[in-house]
Amino acid sequence: MNQLKQITEDLLETVANAPDLKALETLRVEALGKKGALTQLLKSLGGLPPEERPAAGAKINEAKSEVQQAIELKKVSMESAAMEARLSAEKIDVTLPSGGNSRGSLHPVTRTLRRIEDLFSQAGFSIETGPEIEDDFHNFEALNIPADHPARAMHDTFYIDTGNTSISHVLRTHTSPVQIRTMETQKPPIRCICPGRVYRCDSDVTHTPMFHQVEGLVVDKGVSMAHLRACVSDFLNGFFEGDYPVRFRPSYFPFTEPSAEIDMQCTHCSGAGCRICKQTGWLEVGGCGMVHPNVFKSAGVDPEEYSGFAFGMGVERLAMLRYGVTDLRLFFENDLQFLRQY
Amino acid sequence: MKLSEAWLRTWTNPKIDTATLIHQLTMAGLEVDSVEPAAADFNGVVVAEITEVAPHPDADKLRVCKVDTGKESVQIVCGAPNARVGLKAACAMVGATLPGDFKIKKAKLRGVESSGMLCGADEIGFESKIDGLWELPETAPVGQDIRDWLQLDDQVIDVDLTPNRADCLSVLGVAREVALLNETALTPPENTKVEQASDVSFAISLNAPEACPRYMARVIQAVDLSAKTPLEIQERLRRAGMRVIDPVVDVTNYVMLELGQPMHAFDLDLLEGRIDVRMAKQAEKIILLDGKEVELQSDVLVIADDKKALAMAGIMGGVGSGVSTETTNILLESAFFAPAAITGRARRHGLHTESSHRFERGVDSALQRRAIDRATELLLQIVGGKAGPVIEAVSEENLPSLNAVSLRKSRLELLIGRSYESKEIQRILSGLGCELLSSTEEEWQVRPPSWRFDLQYEVDLIEEIARVAGYDNIPAIAIPANISLGRSPENKLKATQIVDQMVCRGFREVITYSFISPELADQISESSHQVAVQNPLASDMSVMRPSMLPGLLETAARNLARQEPRLRIFESGLNFASPNADKSDIKQTLGLAALICGTENPENWTDKAVDVGFYQLKTELDALARQTSKKLEYVVQNDADYLHPGQSASVLLDGVEIGKIGAVHPQLLQSMDIGVATYVFEVDLQPLLGAQVPGFQAPTKYPGVRRDIAVILDRDIAASRLIDEIKLASSDLLTNIRLFDIYTGQGIDSNQKSVAVGLTFRHSSRTLHEDDVNAAVKEIVAVLEQRLDAQQR
Repeated sequence: MNQLKQITEDLLETVANAPDLKALETLRVEALGKKGALTQLLKSLGGLPPEERPAAGAKINEAKSEVQQAIELKKVSMESAAMEARLSAEKIDVTLPSGGNSRGSLHPVTRTLRRIEDLFSQAGFSIETGPEIEDDFHNFEALNIPADHPARAMHDTFYIDTGNTSISHVLRTHTSPVQIRTMETQKPPIRCICPGRVYRCDSDVTHTPMFHQVEGLVVDKGVSMAHLRACVSDFLNGFFEGDYPVRFRPSYFPFTEPSAEIDMQCTHCSGAGCRICKQTGWLEVGGCGMVHPNVFKSAGVDPEEYSGFAFGMGVERLAMLRYGVTDLRLFFENDLQFLRQY
Repeated sequence: MKLSEAWLRTWTNPKIDTATLIHQLTMAGLEVDSVEPAAADFNGVVVAEITEVAPHPDADKLRVCKVDTGKESVQIVCGAPNARVGLKAACAMVGATLPGDFKIKKAKLRGVESSGMLCGADEIGFESKIDGLWELPETAPVGQDIRDWLQLDDQVIDVDLTPNRADCLSVLGVAREVALLNETALTPPENTKVEQASDVSFAISLNAPEACPRYMARVIQAVDLSAKTPLEIQERLRRAGMRVIDPVVDVTNYVMLELGQPMHAFDLDLLEGRIDVRMAKQAEKIILLDGKEVELQSDVLVIADDKKALAMAGIMGGVGSGVSTETTNILLESAFFAPAAITGRARRHGLHTESSHRFERGVDSALQRRAIDRATELLLQIVGGKAGPVIEAVSEENLPSLNAVSLRKSRLELLIGRSYESKEIQRILSGLGCELLSSTEEEWQVRPPSWRFDLQYEVDLIEEIARVAGYDNIPAIAIPANISLGRSPENKLKATQIVDQMVCRGFREVITYSFISPELADQISESSHQVAVQNPLASDMSVMRPSMLPGLLETAARNLARQEPRLRIFESGLNFASPNADKSDIKQTLGLAALICGTENPENWTDKAVDVGFYQLKTELDALARQTSKKLEYVVQNDADYLHPGQSASVLLDGVEIGKIGAVHPQLLQSMDIGVATYVFEVDLQPLLGAQVPGFQAPTKYPGVRRDIAVILDRDIAASRLIDEIKLASSDLLTNIRLFDIYTGQGIDSNQKSVAVGLTFRHSSRTLHEDDVNAAVKEIVAVLEQRLDAQQR
């Protein structure tokens, strides 16, 4: 039994010096296994007098458990050191730029249209589209613009070459024909907006021959110009996320009566007068009015039973004001330096 | 239309300042575009008379003048050649400030004292017609400040009128509006009655009564055209933006500005026979006052004599019949031409005149008599002469009829969304000049005045009430929420979902013009199928795009030239095609097109820079189609010449072609200055918007077994064929096929290739046995050997 202390000390020292986990495991098997020195010592208890056996056995077990504990501790410390080493070895520079494909972008006009569509969808408006090459009826006649109407001259219309004078196709000059088509196919109540490309034979710093419009139409019993005011004002303030006064100014469109220009307080100078609003404090953002009875008749709606309002705005104009774009033509040059910003 | 505020205020003079007046006009629908001072900024300039002129002792070109300025006589050294005794001129006194902040001080000019400056018209901001002093008329009051005398403290108001407000194309018209808005009186200038001094008449034939229902004329004999147009009239013309020509033209212009009636004057002695108001003969020629010869069509109204057309009616007079310095007898014209007979005719010949502008929009059909009397009155005052009787040719039945219009208070209030006092309604109706035919508290029946022929329907009157009472007084009321929920169709995608996916996968959206050049269109489609614009802005914008690819290629070329080597762009929009010659049926198809070139990923440190190829773009297109839960098929194509014949395919969905994908043909790239390989696809969007409502299959817990096989087969056998054959040959157990390797080269015959395919087998209700899988693979290999002459490696 004198050996016990020596054996224990030796084992503890070996544990302390174990170079790695594998050595430690070997050691564990050797020390505590069936052939281990301590187990052997236990087996040798039979040589002791019976009254000494329990005390000696307890001592050996105590030593055994001391060694076992030392091994466990050593193991934990070795594992944790190994993990430390691994983590340290696996360290990377997380600030290196990421690779792979990046996100693309929506064209600012589409982005603007999405916001407009989103706002009107919230109020239960449907989104209607139609052809861009229109017949004379839908682009003009049905909108109360007969052949000799002076308003036709204002429209700078592109005509399609049909080689046949009896067929008159035009590039739609506004999205109003979609309103007619909607009324032709749907029964009131109607609430819709009609976004899309339109064309005018005009090109200079502030005009491109193609641009985008969004028009709105509400037809129901009892629809009034007061409703129109709220609708347009809510839309503009929703779109520009502000609290801008909106005013109606009498104007003329063949398809609405009464008609109004929509002026919104300048978003740039808040009405003080600046370059953007030409010192007036107001921005002209669109036209609107109450649907003309002749338009209702063309589209098969009874103007005595129903009333309605319509409005129209230029999408590029709204986008320019919203994002501060200074040149309309940029929208169709598609320079990536421009597109990347949206 | 430009007009002088001072002139306007002689007609009606509300007690409001200019800014208020401007705001009022704008808010009444007569939008004021600009307000400019009527004269340049200067002061201290008076009317003066030169009383003595002596040579300058030291300078040949200068003279020493004694000038009577009303208060005193001053000495002024002057270099003007027309300085002479008795001349009335504008004199800037010492202390005056001229335009450009030029201060007049006492000075010595070559040793001679000069106290002030005699001015040329251009020195105080007017147009100068002569080199020298502005020669003021003899009646000019010596000593009076020029600004007061000419009422230069005036504003020129430019009103941008909507086409329905032809009635406001005159001082009278705007004054009516101002009087109505302010409830002030309308006071026309005092008229002296025209005395008929001769019986000389002239024959008029009205041979196009629909186009010209009323033609009025008057002979004035023995006029003196050397007379000068009074300065007041000159000034009012100038402020309206019109040039001073001669007294007769000036008077006709003046009356047009004052009352809104365009007029014309002929030299009576140059007319042969009678005045014939008729439609032009086809290809009839006339040389207009601007010197241009135009060939007329038969829908143009002309004023002719027995020999020839004298004028394009209501648009412009011709040479050879107008008034000149030689003229002594004139025929004054005041006519009503129907708008439909004038509209578009001027524009056709590139003309736009003050007259055509008014007649196209509509002149008051009852105004002719008043205008001819007013013009005669002014002419007699200025050029003298003997006026003959008014000669009138009229076709009453062709004059515009003014129908009675009803206005219901209930309708007004419903449409506007507020209430109105009956008294107010009636006041506005009368103020507009409407004749009240009947009225109750709830309904009025009126006949609009002849100048408001635009008031045809009840809504027109409703607008007038709302407008005059002020749009600002219309409340804003939310639309009643009468909303019902619709449906959310799950078997349909929105185009926005496709677009969003493109964006998420790194594509930038572009928007290009829908019209392209014929050359580019021809690269894509047959010209007989194209839709052309009749009046394009430029020849390279003359064809409606049959495809968005030209637009994308142009965008690519432009960006590549701007150091953007890597492009991923797309556009969605309509394409246009029409196979029939008269374009009666035009297909407008919603499409989606994309283009990639440059490296697969933006340059970065993780990847090797690999250029994109066909398969990268195919991956994108397949990913799009995945939303529809359908698979696209790709078959070799040979009908799109703009694509590389060896790297392009037709794209099929449910067996129907929906588009093309491929490398752009190198030749086309070359012609567009694109120096890198570029890949494109274009598909119809509609078929890609169909989707499936997902069903359900319970997930199986039994493991799958994968077996890889490699077969050697003919190089030309398409991968799709191999996969189809494997599918045909297998049982339900085969759940997945992955083509994971293609090998050609060493060890394989040059006409052959080795294809490796991973096959996954799985049973839904039990674990597969080794035997099951072996049998299935064996069967597949056997079929491939038999059908494709393949050998397993």
